[in-house]
Amino acid sequence: MRDTQLAVRAHGLTKSFDDVVALDGVGLELAPGRIHGLAGPNGAGKTTLLGLLLGLAVADEGALEVLGRPVGRALAAPDGVAGFVDGPGLYPSLTARKNLAALASLRGQDPRSARIDEVLAEVGLSEVADDRVRGFSLGMRQRLGLAAALLTEPRLLVLDEPSNGLDPAGKQHVHRALRRLADDGVTVVLSSHRMDDLEALCDEVTILAAGRVRFSGPLGELATDSRELEHRLRTSDPAAARRVAATVGGVKVLSETGAEALVVRATGPAVEELVAALVPAGVRVREVAPVVPPLEAAFLALTEQQEDLP
Amino acid sequence: MSVITAGRTAVVAAGPVAARPVPVGRVYRFELVKLLSQWRIRLLLLACWTAPGLFTAAVAQQGTLPSDTLFGRWMHATGWAGPLVVLGFAGSWALPLLTSVVAGDVFAVEDRLGTWRQLLVTVRSPRRIFAAKALASTTVIVLLVAGLAASGTVGGLAAVGDQPLVGVDGHLLRPSDAAVSVLLAWACALAPTLALAALGLLGSVLLGRSPMGLLVPALAAVAMQLAQLLPLPVALRLALPGYAFVSWNGLFADPARLDELLIAVAVSLVWAAAATTAAWLLFVRRDFTTGSEDGAGRRALAFAVLPLAGLLALTSGAVWPATPSTGSGITQEKVQRSVATAFAHLYRLQTEQLHRPAVTEDQLRATAACQRGDGQVDPEGPGNDWRCVVTWHLPGTDAPGTAVYQLDVASDGRLTADGDGPKDVNGYFLVHTPTGDAPNPLWQFDGQVGLLASPAHPLDPTKE
Repeated sequence: MRDTQLAVRAHGLTKSFDDVVALDGVGLELAPGRIHGLAGPNGAGKTTLLGLLLGLAVADEGALEVLGRPVGRALAAPDGVAGFVDGPGLYPSLTARKNLAALASLRGQDPRSARIDEVLAEVGLSEVADDRVRGFSLGMRQRLGLAAALLTEPRLLVLDEPSNGLDPAGKQHVHRALRRLADDGVTVVLSSHRMDDLEALCDEVTILAAGRVRFSGPLGELATDSRELEHRLRTSDPAAARRVAATVGGVKVLSETGAEALVVRATGPAVEELVAALVPAGVRVREVAPVVPPLEAAFLALTEQQEDLP
Repeated sequence: MSVITAGRTAVVAAGPVAARPVPVGRVYRFELVKLLSQWRIRLLLLACWTAPGLFTAAVAQQGTLPSDTLFGRWMHATGWAGPLVVLGFAGSWALPLLTSVVAGDVFAVEDRLGTWRQLLVTVRSPRRIFAAKALASTTVIVLLVAGLAASGTVGGLAAVGDQPLVGVDGHLLRPSDAAVSVLLAWACALAPTLALAALGLLGSVLLGRSPMGLLVPALAAVAMQLAQLLPLPVALRLALPGYAFVSWNGLFADPARLDELLIAVAVSLVWAAAATTAAWLLFVRRDFTTGSEDGAGRRALAFAVLPLAGLLALTSGAVWPATPSTGSGITQEKVQRSVATAFAHLYRLQTEQLHRPAVTEDQLRATAACQRGDGQVDPEGPGNDWRCVVTWHLPGTDAPGTAVYQLDVASDGRLTADGDGPKDVNGYFLVHTPTGDAPNPLWQFDGQVGLLASPAHPLDPTKE
């Protein structure tokens, strides 16, 4: 892959605030047309990384290229980068339409010819276009913030927690808009605390903990990781199921004797083996489900593992 | 160190585009739109463009005049007194509050709304944002000041009319001269207003979303007013940026007393530049990835307060050599000259009112002998225990006339003379003229001691 083909190329990014190391040698390469999720516990460095991408700050060490241009102390983020961190940054005394018109004017666009109605429709805010933002819910503000970013026709869109406060319909609008952008070749980087949101939207994910990258790659890789997870099995005969589980290699029984459901710790293949062993033993399996969703479990495992590091 | 490559290989749609900060003009218009969309700014604009006019028109219909304000006692006589009364009031209260609301909030509002990052991502230049915000807030403040001046003038002229104005030394200004002087006085008041606005910018940058930033100009103005009440040395008094709110009255003397005014305006502009520079330096060094900088307020305060205290010392030192007067600047000779000059001008006015034979100030040869505390107190400095005996000569009369006045001399040099006899000169509020009763100009009058004026002013018509 040639460097110029990447939307973002970061190498060894380090950023500290006084004694607090927010980013510690982070590297990242993002290709165009992908939706990339950033996950991590509070204080992991997500917002700092997004801020660097938006040109809000510069790294203490390392190199960062955005849309093929180096970004640094004297070099702002290039045109084509849009987004928000820590909320969409709107003016409550203006209507939704006037917020967008003022931003369009600021960018040198003619507010009359800018695609204001189009982007408002895309995020589902056409009906409240002439209402003051003061009365908007958090979800509506998030969607208007996205509309403001869409107005710039970005090539790199950076969003901090864009799903915060969104109702299902709002989430649908946002996901649809982001997917459409990605299909058009726009790179989207978004952070979220919700792994289900990332799973629904992202092609790939980077998990940060304590300023370091713990995982980066397609979500499938994270979910099918071979680490052991807790699974709950509901069967027709819990006692028999417990006896069978004890005989299957790689399966550790966690539930107490006499419990209604069988809880085991095992890898995915080991759980499949257990189910295969239960059927010939005459035990009917009614439900097999992870106690914690796999992505979330992987996230917890990765971040807790990081916290344990010195 | 982690180096991870994520994502498939693909081709970026277009080549790199240079980062281009948004031009200042565009950011300025954006800031103006935001400011003017705030209901409180709209309310202030409405108030500034209407309230002074209504006030001056209403006062002109009242029997009681605000004679404790300079020019207040002439509000029945000419419409040009109205905007000057408004200016006196504005310098004390309105302008500090206006600058607080506008400049004191122009940066803090972005902290409250969490909009800094959106703005920075779009504009790409903290320097340009600062320049645009400073210009936009200055524009709004100038609009507010213009409203106060225009409204007060229109209200005064509409209610009372375009008559000559009595100056601070009692001389008459023709309406056209009064108009120019009123305009200049308001223009000079812009300088300390800009200094307060710059302090507001500094407070707004320093203290972020804290409401304390909003109060900085108002607190600074109150502190300066309190300082002006104290018997400070002249150099220190003139080194304060608010002194131009007082010294504009030098425009209404004959000859105009410009030395104090020019120094005060220059000092105000230096303060405006220094506070703006301090705000600039703090702003462009701010790291916007960490959200609001409320925690940094205290530390930054030290970096702002100390330089401004140094500036006060510096301007005091610079003004010191320009002040021939030491101490309070209020001396016996200057008080005597000020009272005699005002008396001579106003005596001539009274003579015209009563249709007596015309006299000139030169013919009157008015002098004043002033003491403090019946001669028990050194005759210098502010105080309300001054007593003056004014002596004058009428052409063709051998015996000089005398009149007594009780004086209240303020520390900024303003004096109020209250007639204490004889009754036919200054004993009554009204005089009987052939066309009816009229206010007696010699009953009570204002004057101004030039704090910088040398004891023997070469142009003083009453010089010995």
